[in-house]
Amino acid sequence: MSDTWAGTLQVAALILLLAVSYRPLGDYMAHLLTAKKHLRAEKALYRTMGVDPEADQTWGVYLRSVFAISAVGVLLLYLILRVQHHLMMALGMPKMQADLAYNTAASFVTNTDWQNYYGENTLGYLAQMIGLTVQNFVSAAVGIAVAVTLIRGFTRNRTDRLGNFWVDLTRILVRLMLPFSVVFALVLIASGVPQSLGEHLTVVHTVNGDQNLYTAATGSQEAVKLLGTNGGGIFDANSAHPFENPNGFTNLIEIYLLLVIAFSLPRTFGKMVGSHKQGYTILAVMATIWLGSLAFSTYFELHRHGVDLATGHAALEGKEVRLGLPASTLFMTSTTLTSTGAVNSMHDSYSPFGGGAGMVNMMLGEIAPGGTGSGLYGMLVLAVITVFVAGLMVGRTPEYLGKKIRPAEMKYAALYILTTPAIVLTFAGIAMALPGETARMTNSGPHGFSEVLYAFTSMGNNNGSAFAGLGGNTTWWNTAGALAMLFGRFLPMIWVLALAGSLARQQPVPESEGTLKTASPLFAGMLLGTVLLVVGLTYFPALSLGPLAEGLHR
Amino acid sequence: MTVSTSEAPRRVGGKAFKRHSFDPRMLWKSVPDATKKLDPRVMAKNPVMFVVEIGSVLTTWQAIARPSVFAWTITVWLWLTVVFANLAEAVAEGRGKAQAATLRKAKTTSVARKLASWSPGNAGAESEVPGTELRLGDFVVVEAGQIIPGDGDVVEGIASVDESAITGESAPVIRESGGDRSAVTGGTKVLSDRIVVKITSKPGETFIDRMISLVEGANRQKTPNELALNVLLASLTIVFLLAVVTLQPMATWAGAAQTLVVMVALLVALIPTTIGALLSAIGIAGMDRLVQRNVLAMSGRAVEAAGDINTLLLDKTGTITLGNRQAAEFVPDTGVEERTLADAAQLSSLADETPEGRSIVVLAKSMHGLRERHEGELSGAEFVPFTAQTRMSGVNLADGRQVRKGAGSAVLKWVRDNGGQPTGEVGSVVDAISAAGGTPLVVAEKSPDGAARTLGVVHLKDVVKDGIRERFAELRAMGIKTVMITGDNPLTAKAIAAEAGVDDFLAEATPEDKMALIKKEQEGGKLVAMTGDGTNDAPALAQADVGVAMNTGTSAAKEAGNMVDLDSDPTKLIEIVEIGKQLLITRGALTTFSIANDVAKYFAIIPAMFTAVYPGLHVLNIMGLHSPKSAITSAIVFNALIIIGLIPLALRGVRYRPSSASALLRRNLVLYGAGGLALPFIGIKLIDVIVQFIPGLN
Repeated sequence: MSDTWAGTLQVAALILLLAVSYRPLGDYMAHLLTAKKHLRAEKALYRTMGVDPEADQTWGVYLRSVFAISAVGVLLLYLILRVQHHLMMALGMPKMQADLAYNTAASFVTNTDWQNYYGENTLGYLAQMIGLTVQNFVSAAVGIAVAVTLIRGFTRNRTDRLGNFWVDLTRILVRLMLPFSVVFALVLIASGVPQSLGEHLTVVHTVNGDQNLYTAATGSQEAVKLLGTNGGGIFDANSAHPFENPNGFTNLIEIYLLLVIAFSLPRTFGKMVGSHKQGYTILAVMATIWLGSLAFSTYFELHRHGVDLATGHAALEGKEVRLGLPASTLFMTSTTLTSTGAVNSMHDSYSPFGGGAGMVNMMLGEIAPGGTGSGLYGMLVLAVITVFVAGLMVGRTPEYLGKKIRPAEMKYAALYILTTPAIVLTFAGIAMALPGETARMTNSGPHGFSEVLYAFTSMGNNNGSAFAGLGGNTTWWNTAGALAMLFGRFLPMIWVLALAGSLARQQPVPESEGTLKTASPLFAGMLLGTVLLVVGLTYFPALSLGPLAEGLHR
Repeated sequence: MTVSTSEAPRRVGGKAFKRHSFDPRMLWKSVPDATKKLDPRVMAKNPVMFVVEIGSVLTTWQAIARPSVFAWTITVWLWLTVVFANLAEAVAEGRGKAQAATLRKAKTTSVARKLASWSPGNAGAESEVPGTELRLGDFVVVEAGQIIPGDGDVVEGIASVDESAITGESAPVIRESGGDRSAVTGGTKVLSDRIVVKITSKPGETFIDRMISLVEGANRQKTPNELALNVLLASLTIVFLLAVVTLQPMATWAGAAQTLVVMVALLVALIPTTIGALLSAIGIAGMDRLVQRNVLAMSGRAVEAAGDINTLLLDKTGTITLGNRQAAEFVPDTGVEERTLADAAQLSSLADETPEGRSIVVLAKSMHGLRERHEGELSGAEFVPFTAQTRMSGVNLADGRQVRKGAGSAVLKWVRDNGGQPTGEVGSVVDAISAAGGTPLVVAEKSPDGAARTLGVVHLKDVVKDGIRERFAELRAMGIKTVMITGDNPLTAKAIAAEAGVDDFLAEATPEDKMALIKKEQEGGKLVAMTGDGTNDAPALAQADVGVAMNTGTSAAKEAGNMVDLDSDPTKLIEIVEIGKQLLITRGALTTFSIANDVAKYFAIIPAMFTAVYPGLHVLNIMGLHSPKSAITSAIVFNALIIIGLIPLALRGVRYRPSSASALLRRNLVLYGAGGLALPFIGIKLIDVIVQFIPGLN
């Protein structure tokens, strides 16, 4: 079977899996987030935390709760990384240097999982498990909680109460993230991913002598790494490493895991707002961008011209040769369109347009389908912007799901679409102005610039994938990167929660013939146009100096 | 004396209305005003254009420091961009100023004949004071040929008044004491008779003063929607500002550092200047379109709310049906002579100056030869006027006989209250007439010593206006529910509602019912519009989201509403809704156009900037522009010219046809979205063909 056929089948299998999951998982998430009853285990947790599960919070309190758990998360993770040499199963690894520990803590709490270190020679097993893996769970749950709060902004009327963060967080962890991670960890382990707390796996090698291989609890971390769109691998090579992603089946499962929650959340949204069509509209836009980007990248990887390490007509340098090129671009597209950032191939080695597409995927704001929760809230904010412009064109004060888009709502939506490009471009601009920092690139010319642009695009959008080639472990890169990740995660969350608060206070407007239909192909088309024109075009000048300059040459 | 009720002249529909066509000469006339607006303190209110102005200052500095044809060309066109934006606003304001000037002429300082005191029948001493010194509650006398010195209510007398100064309508109107036609406006002229007016406005706050400041846009405040759009435009401007500023270090690293002139040009091309330049003109022009239709909106907010209306409360009479219901038939009870009924009906209608009342008198005369008696002939007769609460009118004769006519339920109640026992017969006649779409007026009498009894029913026929049914169908397509308000009984109302095609009706409506209906609709999140003229409409007018007071109405009604229709045409409400929608659509269409324009500008400027270091980017020059400098110049020239090109559209508003939201969106999206993508490609290419010949540019 040819690569292309295998790739097509893998895409078909993936779409089938996602389609089958859409309804049950989406409905289940809606159920667990709206159910009145608490599980016994949850009640025990609330008692321990001292939380009244029936007390709803205002958006401000909800936001402070998000900040509180994140601040504690950064601090704890930083401490763990700094004292890891005293912990069990440290494998003799020294403590992490301060700026790198700060960068890593910020990275994992923000769901970015940018790694300026090599996991297998930096971290002991316990630091991986109680440090990184915990944040993989929590950061994913925080994203979903914020997205659900925005939905509540649409569904609740004349109230300033948006739900209880601690209840949302607990339920998402207890009823969604934990059970699903356990199940899929077992699936991965059964498929060949190692799960071991033993010091090293020693392989006897006749030529080079014995090798001590790092194994870690890879299976259990791998599942949540993908399910929570985290992307931080045990190994530096991430999902290109045979321990993390041993075969074609695990490759499929991993891609499925990193897409499934984000692709099912539109169902949750549709269910909660009482119109599945609204969910399908959002899903359609997400799926269109995902499929379009996949086709684009695959085409350019298969038809690469020029001198490189091409085998036949395709560009195989840096690709996962075990799995084939289409499986690599499928992974690349999915990981950059979510906030995962796990890789099974080196994005640096893609053709200029193929790799550029990965960059554009993130620049669009990671909304197709995006990170767990963050993808949905990003897309909904863009829908608000679309509704505003389109709504004016039908001659009414724009309204979305019965809520008017007035100056207050517009302010938060506008700040949202402003924030991430501002972070990405400002940091990339500063980096390019600092001769010492540009020296960290391995390449010159447009490809070198792409490394920097990609890095800040990835960090600002909380993706975490790297273009490779950039030596990012310096004080400046660690610090600037951490700031980009923290701003890129939490500033948009402020705007989203404030928007939710503003929407929930409103009295809903009844729908009529004169109302803009937001569950229609026409609206989906406009939303797609907004994503490409309003968000995408911002980056065009910068892209023209990177992937475009590299790809267009005569 | 018999005075036929004069109604304000009506122009139904917008067709008769003459559009102010856009006159290019207005552009020249507004140039001085546009230049004055370059003051940074004024510009700062418009963030998008303020950025362009700062950019222009920077390029001017560069052009002086390192002169080149290119730098000067860009500089000049950037300044022109700012001036064009100001021009749009100045032209829009200019039209208002012309109207204000006409109004000022009417506001000539007049001498008022002030009365020291006044009570019915007792007038105090008269003294002459300047009109500007009149205070609230003063009484003045105005006689034929004199100008009414201030707004007020007629408390004594009746006069015909020429209100053309404010309404533009030359036919005189009648103003009389009491009732809903008592309000007079300062600056209008009494043509006949003598009236005493109680002043109801403070000096400087008269209706004409308010009109002047409204059409001039003196206290114009940004409306909520305008604010929201400004927020979006400001954020896009900031994003592009960051994109351009951060591009320089990236370009420098690539060895393609750009001059300040090029960077400013890129920025100006990308930020949404088209909509930024035209936004305030669109708002002013929207208000202006209302003024041209003789509607004064007290705030831009009200105009915007008009576009959002979910429910229209329309008075049946004058809006849905022709004002005059005509008496067509007398239907007597069994045992009552038709002539007796006609006589009683005529008696009770003598003081009833409504067209319906007049038509009863006319019918009585034509069918039964009953001579028309004048009020004065019946000595000691006491006329009971119609009120919205009692819903009947009549007469109490000197001999103790009482006659009443009015709505069925009201008259039957009166009969019962006066010891009578109405038979079921009246009810069935009433129902039959109502079911046929007519209006039954029950006539009853009470002899001096006996119990009250019904005599029969007068059948009034209502005539539904031509084309109104189609109008309501359009409104339905726009998602607007129409509710007919009528004092008729439910059956009558139902028949007319069905004939006219309204969605709902409120029968036997009292002002309280109207108010309750508005509140109920609003509780469901709906926006309600209504018209009204009477004092008892005032609370409902104030409660409604859009309350249009008729100019013929009372001062209280005009105070309470947020719009005044100088033509006093209730049908205007539909046009007001359309103008509100058109205003929002124009904004949305030009925003879409502005954003879509960016694509072509990228394809012009980006290859121009970087082809020198990355020759491959030449592929992006899909328009085949002559040279980098001509490309950038063309983009900037296009950017400036499109503002001038769209001024007429901004002032006129985009074409609006009532239709469903989806149809509207599809049409505007194709026109302004797809058009906005394609047009600049053509425009920039055409400009480039000319610009490349500028000597020394390249």
